[in-house]
Amino acid sequence: MISIQKYEKVQSLEQAFELNQGKKNRIIGGMMWLNMGHTKVNTAIDISGLGLNTIEETDEEFIIGAMVTLRQLEQHESLNSFTSDSVKNAVKDIVGVQFRNMATIGGSLWGRFGFSDLLTVFLAMDSYVELYPTGIVSLKEFSEMKRDNSILVNLIVKKTPIKICYSAMRAQRTDFPVLACATSFVNGEYRAVIGARPAKAKVVLDNEGILDSGITEETATKFAEYVAANIVTGSNNRGGAKYRKHLALVLTMRNIMKLGGDRND
Amino acid sequence: MIEITINLNGKKISDRIEADTLLIDFLRSHNCLSVKRGCETTNCGLCTVLMDDTPILSCSMLAARAAGHTVYTLEGLQEEASSFVGFIADQGADQCGFCNPGFVMNTIALLRENPDPTDDEIRAFLAGNLCRCSGYEGQLRGIRNYLNSLKEQ
Ligand SMILES: Cc1cc2nc3c(=O)[nH]c(=O)nc-3n(C[C@H](O)[C@H](O)[C@H](O)COP(=O)(O)OP(=O)(O)OC[C@H]3O[C@@H](n4cnc5c(N)ncnc54)[C@H](O)[C@@H]3O)c2cc1C
Ligand code: FES
Ligand code: FES
Repeated sequence: MISIQKYEKVQSLEQAFELNQGKKNRIIGGMMWLNMGHTKVNTAIDISGLGLNTIEETDEEFIIGAMVTLRQLEQHESLNSFTSDSVKNAVKDIVGVQFRNMATIGGSLWGRFGFSDLLTVFLAMDSYVELYPTGIVSLKEFSEMKRDNSILVNLIVKKTPIKICYSAMRAQRTDFPVLACATSFVNGEYRAVIGARPAKAKVVLDNEGILDSGITEETATKFAEYVAANIVTGSNNRGGAKYRKHLALVLTMRNIMKLGGDRND
Repeated sequence: MIEITINLNGKKISDRIEADTLLIDFLRSHNCLSVKRGCETTNCGLCTVLMDDTPILSCSMLAARAAGHTVYTLEGLQEEASSFVGFIADQGADQCGFCNPGFVMNTIALLRENPDPTDDEIRAFLAGNLCRCSGYEGQLRGIRNYLNSLKEQ
């Protein structure tokens, strides 16, 4: 369980960032992950008063504040209609409704957790994060960056036309995924994102143009084999490396087939 | 120490708390003993309460964060709960009964949001409430019988 010396509800990002330079100070999102360990925190930096709990939609993008909960994502009609319900599908089995009312997108992405359904699904989109003070970087770049003391302010999902499909394999409905898979066609390229390998989600592009001639069972299988060959899987108590490879192949193939054969025109 | 005020079950309660006092401990120290401590790590749903009408897990919510908000525990929602808990009891779904307050609180939240849920919607909404004695079917049958009784009225 977490122990905290001081609690500070900050008034600005500057204040949050300054406090976050303290070695034992921590931003608190939903605090679900933080509360799992025996973390000793000097100052808990509460950013819930900074208005980062809304999803703003413009003609070009969705701007999702760091304090938006997984349940808000699940229930956002426009975001789910834009992403063919893939956001809803990615979060629906994360613990329970009460949990999803608290866990935040900021904490979820900042953690860059290996098991993350969220990192997996959003990496399949034309997505970016706004960091304070760094600025905007692509989610892919962010996922590869080392954790530092910046603040994740927003997740930005561009309304670049997309076909996307998400699925995950779980041993039990509300457990961590054994393997997570998102496939998409966006910005003229097919992507497969494989999460819970159990390492961090990895993006595999169709660099060999396997799907260029269209999606058929044959090309989908070939692409799925290519994806499985280009990811490293590992073993833990939820599944072995070989089983995960096989799951990556099966889920990629199914998800690609669900994208449909007519690309994005 | 931090001075906080929470609107708890319709009454304003002020107290001084530590920075890391969890809402579950604040509630239990103010006689809301229906709020049970189970896993303490957001897995079991035993500690479910409604904060601003939203079901949350009080084991992972800082009391300091709940300051200025409205919190309801089962102690404050007896009447609303009484409409359906008998149907659950009739199914023998309560064995040790430890999970019951969390289940009831989340069922209240479900029925407020979706007064006519399908069985799958009930299962999905209550998936974060674990019960180590029953097989969940009793709770489901109880809620279904309650909903059917409303339709028959
Ligand atoms: C029991 C359990 C089961 C889970 N199951 C799943 C699952 O099946 N699938 C899945 O995808 N996820 C799962 N998760 C992870 C969960 O969905 C969240 O991703 C996780 O709890 C982090 O979100 P949070 O809001 O609780 O963050 P917190 O615990 O508050 O923070 C996590 C970390 O991020 C930092 N942080 C938070 N917000 C910011 C910010 N805005 N800027 C900078 N740093 C920040 C914190 O300092 C901390 O180090 C699970 C978590 C738990 C506890
Ligand atoms: S005690 Fe809070 S979820 Fe288990
Ligand atoms: S009846 Fe014993 S835990 Fe549910």
